Amino acid sequence: MSIESMYNKKIMDHFLHPRNLGEIKNPSGVGRVGNPVCGDVMELYIKINQKKGHETITDAKFKTFGCGAAIASSSMMTEIIKGKPLKEALKLTNKAVADALDGLPPVKRHCSVLAREALDDAVKDWKNSTRSHKN
Amino acid sequence: MKVYLDYAATAPTKKEVFLAMEPYFKASFGNPSSIHECGQSARKAVDNAREKIAKFLNCQTSEIVFTGCGSEADNQAITGLISGLRTVGKPHIITSAIEHHAVIKTCQDLVKRGMATVIYLKPNRDGIIEPQKVKSAINSDTVLVTIMYVNNEIGTIQPIREIGKMLEKINQNRKQRIYFHTDAVQAAEYLPVDVNYLHVDLLTLAGHKIGAPKGIGLLYIRKGTILRSIIHGGEQEMGLRAGTENVPYIVGLGKAIELIDKEQISVEKVYKLRDYFIDQIIKKIPEVYLNGSRDIRAPHIANFYFKDIEGESIVLSMDLEGVACSTGSACTSQSLEPSRVIMSIYNNAWRSAGSVRFSLSKNTTQRELDFAITKLTKVVERLRQISPYYNKE
Repeated sequence: MSIESMYNKKIMDHFLHPRNLGEIKNPSGVGRVGNPVCGDVMELYIKINQKKGHETITDAKFKTFGCGAAIASSSMMTEIIKGKPLKEALKLTNKAVADALDGLPPVKRHCSVLAREALDDAVKDWKNSTRSHKN
Repeated sequence: MKVYLDYAATAPTKKEVFLAMEPYFKASFGNPSSIHECGQSARKAVDNAREKIAKFLNCQTSEIVFTGCGSEADNQAITGLISGLRTVGKPHIITSAIEHHAVIKTCQDLVKRGMATVIYLKPNRDGIIEPQKVKSAINSDTVLVTIMYVNNEIGTIQPIREIGKMLEKINQNRKQRIYFHTDAVQAAEYLPVDVNYLHVDLLTLAGHKIGAPKGIGLLYIRKGTILRSIIHGGEQEMGLRAGTENVPYIVGLGKAIELIDKEQISVEKVYKLRDYFIDQIIKKIPEVYLNGSRDIRAPHIANFYFKDIEGESIVLSMDLEGVACSTGSACTSQSLEPSRVIMSIYNNAWRSAGSVRFSLSKNTTQRELDFAITKLTKVVERLRQISPYYNKE
């Protein structure tokens, strides 16, 4: 990349080539966080597989309305959680998302927070739906 | 190919301007306050520039004060007027919600310091402040109306002359005069800035939007308007703006203003190109909306709302494609608030977050615009693929 950008190479790579972009048909849970006033909205789709009491995130996809950092953070977050046991994925911190992107500019750190919140929201949605199935 | 479409943020220093400035860095480096020849040749250059500008603004040379930038001139006009006044009640300022930060934040500061009360008028759906609204906001403590000439984000032209004439009439029957300030930074290159035509008491200009360098601005102060200085020190600029005159930059500003008159012929070209640009974008890209009035706008600014995607991601992508544009104003890109200008017109956070400004110059070509349109079509399509909102049932 020849131009000087406010973002590093890794962020730009995820912005230009987002991983796991899209939606999952029949997802286990969907998270939707953010609002246009803060400038970013993330939608996270997860597929959770339960086997012998172990829960694993087998698939994760996203769609994001937002700035470069928001798109890159969503992309990186899906890459980290995909294939991980749910318990382990939930230990993910927003800092870990930012670190995996080699750091976000200070004014953009909230984007990694939002990505982390999207995961919580999707898991909450999954828990709510499994509970209602049981009922 | 590289295309710069962010001239409202800043423009390059024109070649003729740069050449005019050059001698004042070296051969004629003197301090205009010095008595010797070296100083006096610098004084002459400053006087000469002031004369050219006075002619352009249709005012007296003693009514022009050079400042470090447009923001300083806005600060000097507003804070300087309020702190220089002797009023019975607390001074009341009428301004608008679409002003530059240099005006809005100065007003907020005066409120915080207990020095004034302020009303921020909302624009109409066209992005214009109606003179009637100004009139109804006036109360017995009103001392200042400050409304920008051309909005820096969306390019709409404000009815400065109408407001100025209206205030002049109102002032005939008032004990406390209402002064009228306009920030004309985005207007100077394209619209008439004759202070008598506009009926203004105070007017701000900035060098770097019109082909002079960054770091020079000016405030026109109508004779009889008493301002208290905000920068104290020497007696430069009739005692209103201390600090050794920035001779080369003042010379540059004078030259840039001289060129505006000579370049009148190319203004029409900018209007045509801008219209072409707007038409093509609206035709080629689905769900794009022009922000602000289609007709009442300066020739060099067009701001669009791209439904379902966010502005910064467009700017970033366009930059990678070789096209420089911006979200809102350059001054707000470091803050996360959505565009206050677009919010105040449409009251729509999506629109505010999803808008991008393109600004042209007299040297912009149709080929450059075609390049930008092609890239923009591609960028918008890609970002809409990422958006959770586009094409969703």
